Amino acid sequence: MFGSLTNYGDSLFDEFRRMQDDLNELFGRTPWPAGIRSVSRGTYPPVNVGATPEQVAVYLFAAGLNPKTLDISLQQNLLTVSGERRAPAAEKDSSYYRKERFDGTFRRVITLPDDVDPEDVEASYRDGVVQIRVRRREAARPRQIEVK
Amino acid sequence: MAETTAESKEVTSRRDDAVNRREAEAVLRPAVDIYEDARGITLLADMPGVTREHLNIEVDRDALTIEGDARIDMPEGMEALYADVRSTVYRRSFALSGELDTDTIKASLRDGVLNVYIPKRAELQPRKIEVNVE
Repeated sequence: MFGSLTNYGDSLFDEFRRMQDDLNELFGRTPWPAGIRSVSRGTYPPVNVGATPEQVAVYLFAAGLNPKTLDISLQQNLLTVSGERRAPAAEKDSSYYRKERFDGTFRRVITLPDDVDPEDVEASYRDGVVQIRVRRREAARPRQIEVK
Repeated sequence: MAETTAESKEVTSRRDDAVNRREAEAVLRPAVDIYEDARGITLLADMPGVTREHLNIEVDRDALTIEGDARIDMPEGMEALYADVRSTVYRRSFALSGELDTDTIKASLRDGVLNVYIPKRAELQPRKIEVNVE
């Protein structure tokens, strides 16, 4: 049985969703071009990036990861996260019905805002979510401007 | 008396909000691995961000439903710059068949991976059949 590399399931609606995505990909829903480092949907692991004036937080939804295999590096504002997730081998006499979960090595490159400070990075792994917090430089934070 | 009514009204509206929010929010479909061996079926599901307290596994007649709510602590006033994951609710159901023993399902959760083991009924587990050769 072949594992699925995409997030799409096998219901009719999933099929529609896949079709819609394919069409969007083909004709482009947005008038602006896609980022050169953007990846297609369903790439493992899913990533969310959020920002406050003080920091940028990156969340990688990677359940069942061995944190020791994680390699996180930040060069200027380019964050690279690579790691490995191996599905434990099932017993010999067992048969698979579904194999949708990611198995192997991954690498994701995420462009962060320009003002992040590569010297001030923190990473943690909890409940299957990798959380990376990067401080932003003071100068970039909004300042209150006094009116005289 | 009037106070109680106001309070209960508030509770109702709050519940309505919760229900509406739940319905409005898209549900994530966790990726699963399912395999069977001689003794039972194992299901592994990726539910990153879900803790034990926010996990719900239900067997209703012959359907198994796994449901979880991802709780991720975020700093106050955060703005999303990019989001692959746009919901925090995971849900997926599977129909079970009669030979599975739904009373003795075992589940564990570790690092966001849910492991559900559904054993087959004892009387239905395969027995080795001896072949006598004369």
